[in-house]
Amino acid sequence: MIVSYRMELTEHTLSKIEDLIPKYPEKRSAALMVIHLVQDELGAISDDSCTWIAEKLELEPINIKELITFYPMLRETPWGKKHVRVCRTLPCALRGSYGTCKVLEERLGVKEGHVREDGEFSIEFMECLADCGEGPVVMVGEETYENVEGKKAEKFADLLVKEKLNTSKEFVSYENGLVTDLPITKTTKKK
Amino acid sequence: MIKKNIPKERRIILKYADDPGYSNKMNCYLKNGGYKMLKKAIKMKPDEIGEEVLKSGVRGRGGAGFPAGMKWKFLDRKSGKPIYLICNADESEPGTFKDRQIMYKDPHQLIEGMMIAAYAIQAKQAFIYIRAEFFEGARILEEAIAEAKAKKFCGDKILGSSYSCDLIVHRGAGAYICGEETGLIESLEGKRPNPRIKPPYFPAVLGLYQCPTIVNNVETLCNVKHIMQMGGEAFSKIGKPNNTGTRIWCVSGHVKKPGYYEFECGALTLGEMIYDICGGLLPGRTLKAVIPGGSSSKVLRADERFTGKLKDGTEFDWGIDDIPLDFDGPASVGSMSGSGGIIVMDDTVDMVEAMANINAFYAHESCGQCTPCREGSLWMRKITKRMCSGDARKEDADLLLSVANQIEGRTICAFGEAASWPTQSFIAKFRGEFQDKAKHGSSKPKLQLI
Ligand SMILES: Cc1cc2nc3c(=O)[nH]c(=O)nc-3n(C[C@H](O)[C@H](O)[C@H](O)COP(=O)(O)O)c2cc1C
Ligand code: SF4
Ligand code: FES
Repeated sequence: MIVSYRMELTEHTLSKIEDLIPKYPEKRSAALMVIHLVQDELGAISDDSCTWIAEKLELEPINIKELITFYPMLRETPWGKKHVRVCRTLPCALRGSYGTCKVLEERLGVKEGHVREDGEFSIEFMECLADCGEGPVVMVGEETYENVEGKKAEKFADLLVKEKLNTSKEFVSYENGLVTDLPITKTTKKK
Repeated sequence: MIKKNIPKERRIILKYADDPGYSNKMNCYLKNGGYKMLKKAIKMKPDEIGEEVLKSGVRGRGGAGFPAGMKWKFLDRKSGKPIYLICNADESEPGTFKDRQIMYKDPHQLIEGMMIAAYAIQAKQAFIYIRAEFFEGARILEEAIAEAKAKKFCGDKILGSSYSCDLIVHRGAGAYICGEETGLIESLEGKRPNPRIKPPYFPAVLGLYQCPTIVNNVETLCNVKHIMQMGGEAFSKIGKPNNTGTRIWCVSGHVKKPGYYEFECGALTLGEMIYDICGGLLPGRTLKAVIPGGSSSKVLRADERFTGKLKDGTEFDWGIDDIPLDFDGPASVGSMSGSGGIIVMDDTVDMVEAMANINAFYAHESCGQCTPCREGSLWMRKITKRMCSGDARKEDADLLLSVANQIEGRTICAFGEAASWPTQSFIAKFRGEFQDKAKHGSSKPKLQLI
């Protein structure tokens, strides 16, 4: 059965998808990348999205569904507006990441693994984020913050709640700390 | 007091990465001599490059330490099928954070290394499979590739030659098993990352789309550029025989200065790394244990004596501090250098809790294809978790060991070993702590690790 769903995607995303697929030797290979693009825009992959993506790649919806249900970062329901990922794996745990998570849970008012009722925040425990030398590592959206432990975690959480994290001098994300040729920080790509 | 010679870093891969003002843009890379080696390579015969890589003795930096030149030789060229090159940038072994530094800070080095490798194996298409948590990393690589294409360093007719090869950045979606090369290939084909059984699915023969495929780690592929620069022979003189080149060691856990440090293989011992380079332990603490090569490698106890014979016949009698940091050192004491992730634990650590943390990782990450791995990893998590919450049973240490022993060697991929080695070694070396849990219940832990 082929049903053509109209997807609520922007022209920009649609054209990105169109450009992406022919780059791969086989269409199916583009699946994860197309899913990422759709999820980035819609927050999650609904059954309709599955059908639409499958159709694009000449697959069955189940071929997309089985990816959504396997990969930890693919979602059937969206996370909060600000999604906070806390690394819980051994190196970060040795530096206090379980404590960090507790502080975040209290101050953001939401339990790990859940979305706050108003949809503002969600917290997720992650496995090693490959930045273990600077743990505990916490990601907010697409930015990585390092050494968020103890007292610092409380301050971090408060700044996050007040939406002042990205202007804080104390917490500069790994991404913003990188040297680029651009004179100003470059976080414009984010939603 | 005798003044000790503190070993010095030798940065080859990370030569520029942390220099003030060094950016990840093309003009900066070119200013520092970038892409000269690709220019040199494209004028050589592909096989000549392969010979240099073979001569260099460079071993894979992703975990298994397999010689890259030999892997390239295994490529099935007779089939006539297209050949693919994949860079494994999934970096997800707990304790490892070196590939991140390369890709975020010096992406062109990886691209140059990859294009030389692609030309050497005559790849039709190359991929960088990057873990999805590296959001900005993927963007940096994409921008760098666009810059490289504009300058003809990749894509159509590279540097005006007849060789063309495109480079695609492909993002994973948060699954550790995508680091296992055949799981990665399945994932790149748009499927669940269920690893394939070897034989017959050795990637060099039956890889991506059942075509011959080379999968190499980020650091390994960067080394290809430096092999071109020095020549295989000269590269093989860096480090020690069978342990050539530098390695980027990642130190995490209870040391004063955790971080990544690049040294010639064998240039220092584990003790020198911990005390001289990383500033030693936190005040008032003593060393308890070290996991030397990512969480999958076997743990070493601080007071162990290691005796045995090296491959060259020399006998050794080492304490934990004396273990040479190269490929063979940690292997000769029954562990491995793996991905180079050194996790240091001091006397505040409850080893059962540490075990529970590790077991939670493997239970979360098993792909579920093999019953021993899927069920065993869940059982190991369950047992260690209950031990930490006051419900330890007398038989738990033996039960854990028996579960681990039933996973090892009975699975499709090496994840089975990765999941069972930690448990086997923790029980062998800290059995007392596991048994005490049943006797004393759960004493209030100093650290919360689970
Ligand atoms: C469970 C598992 C996870 C792995 N994860 C990674 C990884 O994140 N990065 C990596 O480069 N290699 C990883 N490997 C090793 C790869 O399978 C493969 O050996 C490696 O990418 C080959 O590259 P090399 O020869 O350059 O080391 C993993 C292996 C296993 C069994
Ligand atoms: S060993 Fe584990 S991870 Fe590997 S294929 Fe089997 S179930 Fe999957
Ligand atoms: S353990 Fe947290 S980043 Fe590796």
